[in-house]
Amino acid sequence: MSASSHNVLPRERSVNFQTAATRLVAVGSKRVTDENKRNLWISHVHRIRDDSDKAAFADLYAHFAPRVKGFLINSGADGSMAEECAQEVMATLWHKAHLFDPSRASVATWIFTIARNRKIDILRKQRRPEPEDLTWGPEEELDQTDVLALQQETEILSKALTTLPAAQRELIEQAYFGDLSHSEIAKKTGLPLGTIKSRIRLALERLRQTMK
Amino acid sequence: MNKMMSTDIKHHLTDEILMGYSAGTLPEAFNLMVATHVSLCDACRAQLAACDAVGGVLLDEHDIPNTQMQPDSFAATMAIIEQSAPITKTPAAKKPSVLPTPLQDYIGGDLSEVKWRPIGMGVKQAILPTSKQASARLLMIPAGAAMPDHGHHGLEMTMVLQGAFQDDDGYFARGDVDIADSDLEHTPMADIHEDCICLAVSDAPLRFKGILPRIMQSFIRI
Repeated sequence: MSASSHNVLPRERSVNFQTAATRLVAVGSKRVTDENKRNLWISHVHRIRDDSDKAAFADLYAHFAPRVKGFLINSGADGSMAEECAQEVMATLWHKAHLFDPSRASVATWIFTIARNRKIDILRKQRRPEPEDLTWGPEEELDQTDVLALQQETEILSKALTTLPAAQRELIEQAYFGDLSHSEIAKKTGLPLGTIKSRIRLALERLRQTMK
Repeated sequence: MNKMMSTDIKHHLTDEILMGYSAGTLPEAFNLMVATHVSLCDACRAQLAACDAVGGVLLDEHDIPNTQMQPDSFAATMAIIEQSAPITKTPAAKKPSVLPTPLQDYIGGDLSEVKWRPIGMGVKQAILPTSKQASARLLMIPAGAAMPDHGHHGLEMTMVLQGAFQDDDGYFARGDVDIADSDLEHTPMADIHEDCICLAVSDAPLRFKGILPRIMQSFIRI
C-alpha cells in the first residue's frame, strides 16, 4: 500500500466552490472552464469514434492517463504495472468510444469505471460480475436534453464534493482511491468502524441533498 | 424491458455496498450480489450510477504531483490500439428467467443447470465458484419450510429470486435483499405458495445452533 491516499489530494480546494467552478485548467495550449472542459471531453470521445482523431485522444490522454495511473498506484499497483494498466485503460477508451453514452455518464465517470474494472481484473484477479444492461428501445437516438442534464448534475456533484467537511471527504476519497474496505479503513485510521460508516453516510446524504 | 423485473422491491442494497462495488473493493461474491440485484432494481441501478459519478469526479480532480506517464507512453498506447481489435457491444440480457444474467454466467446456464445438493430438512444449495474472501450460493427452501436456525459472523446478504420468505426483518419477495449483520439470529420461513430460491452471500461461514447442523456444517459448507 502506498502512502495514504488523502495525503496526495489537495486540501485547499475545499475553500470556495465558486472558485472551483470557474477554475481554469490547462488543456494543451487552451484554457477552459470546468463546464466547457466536460463538453470538450465529450466531443473528443466522439471525434475518436467518428474520425479516429489522434489529437483529441492525445488531449484526453494528457489529462486522464496520469490520473488513472495514480488511482492504480493508490490501489496497490507498483509503478510499472500502473503504467501498463493506464495505457490499457486508455486503449480501451479508444476502442469503446462508440459505446460511450453522455446521457448516462460524464467522460470522467466512464473512464473511472473502465479503470475500476481493470483494477479488479489485474490487481484483485477476480471475475467481475456486471448487471444486465438495460434494454433500450429500437431507436437509440441520443437526447441532448438528457446529455445536458447529466453534465449539469456532474457539475453540481463536483461542487458538492468540494464543500464536504474535510473528515467526510477524506473518507470518501479513501473509499474510492485506496484498496480498502470500510473495516480496513477503520483499522488504518484508528477510527471506529461505526464512525467511518456514519461519516460516509453523512457525506452521501449531503451529496444527495445538494443534488435535489 | 425484462418481464421478470420486479417493480416492487422494498428491501434494497445499502449505500455502503453500492459504493464498494463502484470503488472495486468488494469480494467477488458481494459483487455478484450487487450485479444480480441491480439487474432487477432500477432504484439501486440509479444509486450505483451516482456512486460511479462520485468516482468520476474524484478521478477528474485527482491531484497528481508525482504521477507522470513514461515519456514513450502515448506511442506505446497507440501501438496497443493498433494491435488490438475493436470492442463490440456487450451481449444483451438473456431471455427473462428466474436467474438474472450475472447469475447465469456463474452457473453456466439457466435454473435447470443448477447442481443442487440437499443439506437437510428439504433445503438444497449450490455453491457458486467465487474468490475465497466471501462465499456465494443458491438456496432452495421448500414452500412453507424454515431455514435451519442460525446466527452470523460478519455480513450476510440474502436476495429472493423466486417465491418469498418471512423473518424478523419483514417479508421478502423477488429482488428484496435481507441484510444480516453479526450477532443477529434469525429463522427465515419460506412462503407457503412456492418453493423459495435465494442467492445468499456471506463474508464468513454461518454457524448453526444445533449440534447436528454444526457437525454437518463442516461437511457441507453452508
